[in-house]
Amino acid sequence: MEEFTKLIHKYLRHDKKFPHVWCPGCGIGIMLGALIRAIDRIGYEKDEVVLVSGIGCSGRLPVYVDFNTLHTTHGRALTFATGIKLAKPGLKVIVVMGDGDAVAIGGNHFIHAARRNIDLTAIILNNSVYGMTGGQYSPTTPFGMRSTTTMYTNIEHAFKISELAVTAGAAFVGRGTVYHAKLLDGLMEKAFLKQGFSVVEVIAHCHTQYGKLNRLGGPVEMLQWQRDHAVTVESAARMKPEEMEDKFLIGVLADRDLPVYTEQYERIRQRAKAGQGKDA
Amino acid sequence: MKKRNVNEVLLQGNEAVAEGALRAGCRFFAGYPITPATEIAEIMSVKLPRLDGTFIQMEDEIASLGAVIGASLTGTKSMTATSGPGFSLMQENLGFACIAEVPCVLVNVMRGGPSTGLPTYPAQGDVMQARWGTHGDHPMIALCASTVRECFDLTIKAFNLSERFRNPVILLLDEVVAHMREKVTLPEEGLVEIFDRVKPKVPPEWYIPYEDTPAGVPPMASFGEGYRYHVTGLTHDVRGFPTSRPDEIGPFIARLFRKISQRFPEIQMGEVDQVDGADITVIAYGSVARSAKRAVRDARERGIKAGFVKLTTIWPFMKSVVEPVLKTSKVVLVPEMNMGQISREVKRVNQGYTRVVTLNKVDGTIITPEEILDRIIEVA
Ligand SMILES: Cc1ncc(C[n+]2csc(CCOP(=O)(O)OP(=O)(O)O)c2C)c(N)n1
Ligand code: SF4
Ligand SMILES: [Mg+2]
Repeated sequence: MEEFTKLIHKYLRHDKKFPHVWCPGCGIGIMLGALIRAIDRIGYEKDEVVLVSGIGCSGRLPVYVDFNTLHTTHGRALTFATGIKLAKPGLKVIVVMGDGDAVAIGGNHFIHAARRNIDLTAIILNNSVYGMTGGQYSPTTPFGMRSTTTMYTNIEHAFKISELAVTAGAAFVGRGTVYHAKLLDGLMEKAFLKQGFSVVEVIAHCHTQYGKLNRLGGPVEMLQWQRDHAVTVESAARMKPEEMEDKFLIGVLADRDLPVYTEQYERIRQRAKAGQGKDA
Repeated sequence: MKKRNVNEVLLQGNEAVAEGALRAGCRFFAGYPITPATEIAEIMSVKLPRLDGTFIQMEDEIASLGAVIGASLTGTKSMTATSGPGFSLMQENLGFACIAEVPCVLVNVMRGGPSTGLPTYPAQGDVMQARWGTHGDHPMIALCASTVRECFDLTIKAFNLSERFRNPVILLLDEVVAHMREKVTLPEEGLVEIFDRVKPKVPPEWYIPYEDTPAGVPPMASFGEGYRYHVTGLTHDVRGFPTSRPDEIGPFIARLFRKISQRFPEIQMGEVDQVDGADITVIAYGSVARSAKRAVRDARERGIKAGFVKLTTIWPFMKSVVEPVLKTSKVVLVPEMNMGQISREVKRVNQGYTRVVTLNKVDGTIITPEEILDRIIEVA
């Protein structure tokens, strides 16, 4: 507890008027805790960290934290982050997005950031819904579920964000839940330390919108659902496919060394300055 | 043999923009290919890495302006270049740059529209979009070049104004100016005035990032230099934190306008020629200003007392120049390659002083001096 208080004092903004905007029981706070613990363990200076977000409940996260913080436009956080990272590669740039933010309106930016393997960490809070605007369906709302714009049930098929990131070329992809807070700490730390584009998908509950519309209970029941349906990559290896049917994987889904954009671009600069390469 | 001036070069408008940008200190370019602006990106992709700068081709124009704003927040002078369809996509992030007060330069080489329109033909149809394209009340600075030399000069000016006022600056070209080649003598290095944004001098704990100073332009810290502050597209208080207090919202928006409006004379540039006692004055901008200038000269040779005004600064609108002309000229002619956009502004300023007539052309061809002269003879 004392440890917690220390971290709160060190990393939360004292001049920001609390209370925060999130509903009591929301999972975003747990994600914020994991993020701060991982940064503290690595020991980044606060000055070198840039926290960028899009628009949504998750997008409100940076304002509370004492880093260089940037709250951008809906879906575009990765594009702003790309500019920051390329202009000042020494900065540690972390991007926080919602599921709608990252793979609906920002889906194109997401796959291209992964493809470029640009040295950023994307943390995506996947609550299967548009929380901020009041519970409309998102690209991760499962088939057959209800939202305020699919009151007759959703007939679209959900994106698997992590799998999409792996296919698009991210160097590191991890998925956790806000129930498995310790695992989440570790995934974030690994992602931050990874050279290249790293993704942490955080499965979270939005009990006030998605949970309520689908009668999934309150935060406790929804956290229990996470506990019962998430299977670590290690355990899954010992399970039969039919046992995995209604489950999802958590843990490290990809970790590979690929050429990193900023390093490659620095080489271009050296070649350009030496007058090489352009005509070759 | 005549000694050749080493600074004398044959340049295309788009090339002059790139040269001007580099001279202004631009070290970051993000863009998406589009005719007739693509040459700017191509040149920047070759030249920026040599200067330790960065070029990136993003996945679209939304991303391009996002990256430009991000780069600028680190203290790097940044720009993008596009044309109509891309300009439309940039509007949301353009508003972000306005509210978060992030300097950046956006070049829009105008082509025929709407939609995909006429990719390789000139137009001036984006003049109102430059002013009002992004939603909400915001000030805007837009310049318009009519010669290759102006492409160079105004790009530098655009960076200077943007750094000075912490506002995005739009440089409008049209396809004719962008692709035209002219011999220009570029000024010596060092002879060009360059303005860099003012950074905070106070220690970080005293820094109030959106402080309401008399000048209205708060000093701007770069990310990573010890001033950890919050930047948001939400309406914010002086510390940068979102606010919904009317006593904070009102003064903030008022400051955004005031920082520009109290400095109009430094922003507004143009050319005014023989408007005193003119029977007719032609007000033009961009490539049309070239035709208009010629037409006015020809009209004078025919004994018509014709005046000429070229608007180099399009926004904020140069009321201080246009109003006296409206008061003294018997008729004012506004030729434009659109259905009448700046003429609306001229008519707005014209409080019954005189007659304002237009010459509008939207068929993808330029307005010729002859066409303007004919119209002068018709209405004078
Ligand atoms: C261009 C644009 N379109 C729509 C919105 C309205 N909007 C705000 S947040 C949001 C969705 C948020 O959902 P998600 O990204 O999943 O974040 P969450 O609130 O669930 O964390 C939408 C549609 C907006 N701000 N900007
Ligand atoms: S609406 Fe949902 S996601 Fe947003 S704060 Fe409330 S519980 Fe959390
Ligand atoms: Mg969501």
